[in-house]
Amino acid sequence: MADTAKNDAFVEFERVQKSYDGVNLVVKDLNLSMPRGEFLTMLGPSGSGKTTCLMMLAGFETATHGDIRLGGTSINNIPPHKRGIGMVFQNYALFPHMTVAENLAFPLEVRKIGKSEREEKVMRALGMVQMQDFAGRRPSQLSGGQQQRIALSRALVFEPELVLMDEPLGALDKQLRETLQFEITNLAHELGITTVYVTHDQTEALTMSDRVAVFENGRIQQLAAPDKLYEEPENSFVAQFIGENNTLEGIVKEIKGGVALVQLDNGDLIDAKPINVTEAGQRTRVSIRPERVEMDKSRLSPDAHTLKAEVLEFIYMGDIFRTRLRVAGNDDFVIKTRNAPDQVRLQPGQMIDIGWLAEDCRALDA
Amino acid sequence: MSDSTANGLVLAADGTPLKRSLSRAMRRQKIRAFMLVAPLLIFVLLTFIYPIGVMLSRSVQNDIVPETLPETVRVLGAWDASSGELPDEAVYAAFMRDMSVAIEAKRHTRLGSRLNYEKTGFSSMFRQSGRKMKKLDPVTDAPFKNKLIKIHKGWGDVETWKTLQTYSGLYTSGYFLNAVDARMTPEGMAWQPEDKQILLKLFGRTLVMSLIITGSCILLGYPIAWLLANVSPRNANLLLILVLLPFWTSLLVRTSAWKVMLQQNGVINEVLVWIGLVPDGDRLILINNEFGTIVAMTHILLPFMILPMYSVMQTIPPVYLRAAKSMGATNWTAFWRVYFPQSIPGIGAGSILVFILSIGYYITPEIVGGTKGVFISNRIAYHISSSLNWGLAAALGTILLIVVLALYWAYDRIVGIDNVKLG
Repeated sequence: MADTAKNDAFVEFERVQKSYDGVNLVVKDLNLSMPRGEFLTMLGPSGSGKTTCLMMLAGFETATHGDIRLGGTSINNIPPHKRGIGMVFQNYALFPHMTVAENLAFPLEVRKIGKSEREEKVMRALGMVQMQDFAGRRPSQLSGGQQQRIALSRALVFEPELVLMDEPLGALDKQLRETLQFEITNLAHELGITTVYVTHDQTEALTMSDRVAVFENGRIQQLAAPDKLYEEPENSFVAQFIGENNTLEGIVKEIKGGVALVQLDNGDLIDAKPINVTEAGQRTRVSIRPERVEMDKSRLSPDAHTLKAEVLEFIYMGDIFRTRLRVAGNDDFVIKTRNAPDQVRLQPGQMIDIGWLAEDCRALDA
Repeated sequence: MSDSTANGLVLAADGTPLKRSLSRAMRRQKIRAFMLVAPLLIFVLLTFIYPIGVMLSRSVQNDIVPETLPETVRVLGAWDASSGELPDEAVYAAFMRDMSVAIEAKRHTRLGSRLNYEKTGFSSMFRQSGRKMKKLDPVTDAPFKNKLIKIHKGWGDVETWKTLQTYSGLYTSGYFLNAVDARMTPEGMAWQPEDKQILLKLFGRTLVMSLIITGSCILLGYPIAWLLANVSPRNANLLLILVLLPFWTSLLVRTSAWKVMLQQNGVINEVLVWIGLVPDGDRLILINNEFGTIVAMTHILLPFMILPMYSVMQTIPPVYLRAAKSMGATNWTAFWRVYFPQSIPGIGAGSILVFILSIGYYITPEIVGGTKGVFISNRIAYHISSSLNWGLAAALGTILLIVVLALYWAYDRIVGIDNVKLG
């Protein structure tokens, strides 16, 4: 899965396993390698093992098996306080009995850095998040967004090469989250720090990361750049988890010229790009993004297969129209169309023909 | 609807001032709330506040003297005590009249006991004189001066009358002076003789030992509270039951158990002798001294320290320790700089509780304290039930109360009572 050469890797997981109870594996055979300066997001539903991976990297959990390396040296037996990894926690974890400045000075104090240098670094770190004016406040006197900014600058103040973030924006409202997403990515790239970011919010993962590792059931299902992840999911879990997705089930009839002909369970035929299917007769789940469904036959190739669809619901969403259809017995088939002047507004009950380009429809594992 | 009139008064919809209509609306609620509290309030007032008030007022009350000897007190007021001469016949006559009434009502012995606290000898003087004065007639047998001196030579002593004059007021500071090893003499305040000065020492010992007990409770309780707050809920429950277990055993039983443990042929000494650490003839004295009291009381008061600490520690998320370690702090630094400061409110609450409880503790020091390990409360109990000097007992109690309140006030100024969390 590592798409960078091994000797460039800054953070490496090699065959890492983790079990809490000796019966179930929470992390199963994890292999991952990150180059210096990368912003990598671990994305997955709760219980998928992403936070456990982060905690193993931070040193708060020990790997049951395997090797975790940082800058080429194994850190399995190094206690957390000697790893020099900055960390931002979900609920900020700002020390309530210290002022903002004291919070930031704490990691410098334990490193025995002199007072004047300490103050200078604290102010510089506060400057990075535009919070210089709040140095004398207590955490309880700050809003959630301000607290998270402080937590971020506290994780950066001792200039770690690697920063871990555990759902840092989970407790904030949408607008603030978007602002901070932008600030965090900018800061990470400006300072050139390597970042591992854990979230269950796919939008956050897609907008912030260089690469995203999608976790499910203790394994990385796919590790890729955001655009690749969205447009070329490698299996049906990733296709379902990232973005909105329509699925239809059927059996592969034939594979010819890079196009798989799939017979859906109701007998209809469609074209798809074979991803996880290799031969005729295999069961498959085809996945198509709502915005890639075509209603205009003229845009499709003349021999493309089309499906009959009944309009069930039309939702006006401002910039787009969202139409729910019944397609091949599936009542939750959604298409999205841009609100353009010539765009038709479909009426419930209307029958239409839909189709797509074969490469937009991916035949995945069943 | 907040229409304000020209004079700035906010009016409700019907034109009445908003404040009045709000208070009317709230009145019913307030009455209902008061009714809910009323039974307990009345109970506490009748059975707690009132008796304590009465008890404390005894520390300054002296009405037994002016009530038993009303005329004597009045006539004696004109006597110049510093002249060194006995009062004149008028005083003796008044005393005779007062006494014959008191003897009739059998009140003179009580007055004797009261005055005996100030000057020994009064009790027997009043009892003996009472018997003989009964035979005299307050009208026909005048004059009385020489007859009385003949009955008991004490009546011919200037000091007797000086004492009577000093303690003739309705109120006295005498009990409080006694409580701090001083006494009121006709010449003003004076210290008690050296051999009678025990109470100040006892106050000091009570304070110091209470501090030691509080300190040892903190040392022993902190790790337990930490464990309670940091193990799984199931184990925490089990541990908590173990902490609370002593509450289910009678205090007397627990204290007596310490007697079994600590006495010279008790469990601890036997074991030490058996191991050979202590020679048989030279067993350790672990009980009937300060040590015994400190050990037993630390054990008994420990839950009062652990519970508030635990409830505060429960609210400290473990993520703070992780955060500190991720920033490079060792386990110890993370604990000392991050965890400990946040647990101080619990230590404060526990300390106040334990200290105040121990400063007034009675049963345990009584049983295991011997003579060296008793507290001021044991002295109070002695004066209540044995010497029957309730005025002194009340004065000691009042001083104890004031000391506790003063310490509480000091604690509030230094640490802040807002920082105390009991749960």
